Amino acid sequence: MNTNFMHIVLADDDEDDRLLFSEAIEETKVESKLSLFHDGQQLMDYLHSTNSLPQLIFLDLNMPIKNGMQCLKEIRNCPKLKDLCVAIYSTSSSEFDIEETFINGANIYINKPNNFTELCNAIEKVLQMNWQYHTSSLNKDNFLLRI
Amino acid sequence: MKIYLKFDFNKTCKKVLEDCFNQLGVTYTISGLGEVDIENPLNAEQLEWLQTTLNSYGINIIDDEKSALVQRIKDTITEMIYLDEKAKLYKVSTYLSDKLNYSYNHLSNVFSETTYSSIENFVILKKIDYAKTLIAENNLTLTEIAFRLNYSSVAHLSGQFKKTTGLTPSVFQRIIMKRKELS
Repeated sequence: MNTNFMHIVLADDDEDDRLLFSEAIEETKVESKLSLFHDGQQLMDYLHSTNSLPQLIFLDLNMPIKNGMQCLKEIRNCPKLKDLCVAIYSTSSSEFDIEETFINGANIYINKPNNFTELCNAIEKVLQMNWQYHTSSLNKDNFLLRI
Repeated sequence: MKIYLKFDFNKTCKKVLEDCFNQLGVTYTISGLGEVDIENPLNAEQLEWLQTTLNSYGINIIDDEKSALVQRIKDTITEMIYLDEKAKLYKVSTYLSDKLNYSYNHLSNVFSETTYSSIENFVILKKIDYAKTLIAENNLTLTEIAFRLNYSSVAHLSGQFKKTTGLTPSVFQRIIMKRKELS
């Protein structure tokens, strides 16, 4: 079904994490297309230049050149990008980090899970929830999800 | 040798459709490009054949009736949660089947097929979405919100809120308030 097709991007500097993530995305039921970036700057260059914006962005917090938090702030301050749905995908489980990202406009915070099954479940939940927000007139301003 | 072609796409498409439906052996009228009236309903086997055959020409059958029904289910749930005071007296299943004139079983199947999610989940999502709005905009207490959304207790609401969003209502409120200060 075409309406269920979701364009997703991930920015993460760790190659293994990128690989695991794309395998997990393939395991989910939601049809999607995934684009990968290895640092924040590369992602932002892409977002500023593309005409077809993704429905969902996954951001690692610790990345070289431009980190996840800088990307998040830049996205929220850019008229073209500010309505994008942003998920933070990080190993940090500090409550301070988590609240900080939400306050700065993240919609979703995922602690990188320790095993592949948990990762699949987390991604499945995020995609479903995100899809509902895109199709069901829910209030996007209040879209916060922590996994 | 090379030959050069010019197409009349309308005629091409019409001919493809005619060939398909003739082969299927049903009475039909092509009522415009993209719409075919079939006199008698197709059985599952015929529908599958038609889908496969049309697919090979790059034509897809749109499940629009289903999407339309899903939309009506969502609208009815929204109405039930936001507007209808009396709706509190009914179960969601009874309310939906009464309003939409389908068995709940049918509604539930169509919904799950199309959205990858269940009606029950959607109701929870919608109620929590409303609770969020009430927390963020109206500064209502959880007790008031629980009552308004027909939860049996504050604990039940908090539990469902935490399960749906991963955050407690008070953390959620704090984040929204800080966001407002920031902007």
